[in-house]
Amino acid sequence: MAGIPHDHYEPKTGGEKWLNRRLPIVGLLYDTIMIPTPKNLNWMWIWGIVLTFCLALQIITGIVLVMHYTPHVDYAFSSIEHIMRNVNGGHMIRYLHMNGASLFFFAVYLHIFRGLYYGSYKAPREITWIVGMLIYLMMMGTAFMGYVLPWGQMSFWGATVITGLFGAIPLIGEPIQTWLLGGPAVDNATLNRFFSLHYLLPFVIAALVAVHIWAFHTTGNNNPTGVEVRRTSKAEAEKDTVPFWPYFVIKDLFALAVILAVFFAIVGFMPNYLGHPDNYIEANALATPAHIVPEWYFLPFYAILRAFTSEVWIVQFASFITGGIIDAKFFGVLAMFGAIAVMALAPWLDTSMVRSGRYRPMFKWWFWLLAVDFVVLMWLGARPAEEPYATYSLIASAYWFAYFLVILPLLGVIEKPLPQPETIEADFEAHKAASGGTTTVASPAE
Amino acid sequence: MSHAEDHEGTRRDFIYYATGGAGAVAVGAAVWPLIDQMNPSADVQALSSIRVDVSGVDQGSQLTVKWLGKPVFIRRRTEAEIEAARDVDVSSLPDPVARNENLDGTADATDQNRALDDTGEWLVQIGVCTHLGCVPLSNAGDYVLDSGVGGWFCPCHGSHYDTAGRIRKGPAPENLPVPVAEFVDETTVKLG
Repeated sequence: MAGIPHDHYEPKTGGEKWLNRRLPIVGLLYDTIMIPTPKNLNWMWIWGIVLTFCLALQIITGIVLVMHYTPHVDYAFSSIEHIMRNVNGGHMIRYLHMNGASLFFFAVYLHIFRGLYYGSYKAPREITWIVGMLIYLMMMGTAFMGYVLPWGQMSFWGATVITGLFGAIPLIGEPIQTWLLGGPAVDNATLNRFFSLHYLLPFVIAALVAVHIWAFHTTGNNNPTGVEVRRTSKAEAEKDTVPFWPYFVIKDLFALAVILAVFFAIVGFMPNYLGHPDNYIEANALATPAHIVPEWYFLPFYAILRAFTSEVWIVQFASFITGGIIDAKFFGVLAMFGAIAVMALAPWLDTSMVRSGRYRPMFKWWFWLLAVDFVVLMWLGARPAEEPYATYSLIASAYWFAYFLVILPLLGVIEKPLPQPETIEADFEAHKAASGGTTTVASPAE
Repeated sequence: MSHAEDHEGTRRDFIYYATGGAGAVAVGAAVWPLIDQMNPSADVQALSSIRVDVSGVDQGSQLTVKWLGKPVFIRRRTEAEIEAARDVDVSSLPDPVARNENLDGTADATDQNRALDDTGEWLVQIGVCTHLGCVPLSNAGDYVLDSGVGGWFCPCHGSHYDTAGRIRKGPAPENLPVPVAEFVDETTVKLG
């Protein structure tokens, strides 16, 4: 691939040459796996591997679960119990799939916040960022539809509430909602199409992941300094980088092993900790659970959805200038999708020329406040919709938007950044000297 | 591009546009069935009208049926419930509109405009809280009569509905909606 100069695959034997002239697939794999990688990457650069693992885990366990699951309102719930009780090892496969979704989102949030702190979204990596945001949206859609399939009470009522969001769109909302559901309410038609799409979307995600990797293999990885790898010659590039294989593969697999130890402890000993007991009651259109709470990974955006009630002045203002077309319900929907949209626009909202938060003394504080804000929103999303949580939700939602729409554009103008290292090599050597290591260029990172 | 002959329609231009147009029509014709298949199927549409036998419903009790995927409350009210509902000043209600699909949208929320029949004995409404879509509990909340019957209460966020299904207290913005309904004979209610 283009980008940082490095050695490419050279077919040697007759057979390799024969294949390479017809399909240069070995060269493609070699260049992908041997990509020069900044040697100063820290432990926040492991989430990509964890996410790749999650996608594979979900696809494999999912394909197996489908062999025993029946997507019909009369059988879905009992087929899940069949998997749990009768299928050989079925309970373990289902618990892996259930908790795999949580690991997936845990990793993606850390991956996204890593990108926000180190400015990984900035030029020339905007496409990587945008594709990543698309993957995240697809993940949310897939997780939502997957949660409907067991046909428990939370499945049913969660689907009712979330598809109701589309009903909030002015004028065309109700036909769209009916079209999505295939009827006037969540029923068999809904379950069937959600099943179809839940099976399809992970493969779309897999394709987008390939594009995501392609994009950042073209630009090269970002790194904790935000300073680019020198690429005037191969010799210089090699001072800043080590090949992905074997150095980072081994590092990433070690991190994955540690994370999987925790993951399997949860799957084995507390598999339902992150779930809701109500989902072990079969769906009933005539009785609502007392609290409809989404899965934990949706809570921050659920809190933003609920924060904008009709008492908020900005909602009243929007309603006034649009002649009532944007009411509180639709405003909440716009806010929820807007919260993700402003994050996707970060490459163009951040005006600072300095990439890494490490050299941005003011940015650091606002960033950590955003991270806290995210956790607070998650907590608020699980609270009942009443005071004082409603006011807290409004403040926390306001900060989310302010960070992207006001703080990021302003900081680039008013902030005086700290000096950045000349090269990745300089930063790496300084780090090694500080930690008492020897200064050999060829040693693997960390 | 300033040459006059470039602007003249040639047979080649015609073929380009005709092919492009035919292609667009063909793509549209192929895509539309794929979109339309997601709309409600014939069997789902067939259930848009149902008949309910209400002969077994006693005064002060309620029959809940599923219609269009939603619960419908068919309540046979006692004299006391009717009286309590008619003894309310409409202008004092949070939602002063009847929300009755059998009447026009401006009808006010008197009990007469909510009930199915003239005596007010029968009250038919969709049992979905107008706040966030939960199913309210019957004979519960602040508008239960002393006899222990009447009124609805939504346990999700605390909306109280009176004996005519009108919102009186809590976050719900509207009265419980009254669907299109009529008596087709003495003991049968037709919904839709």
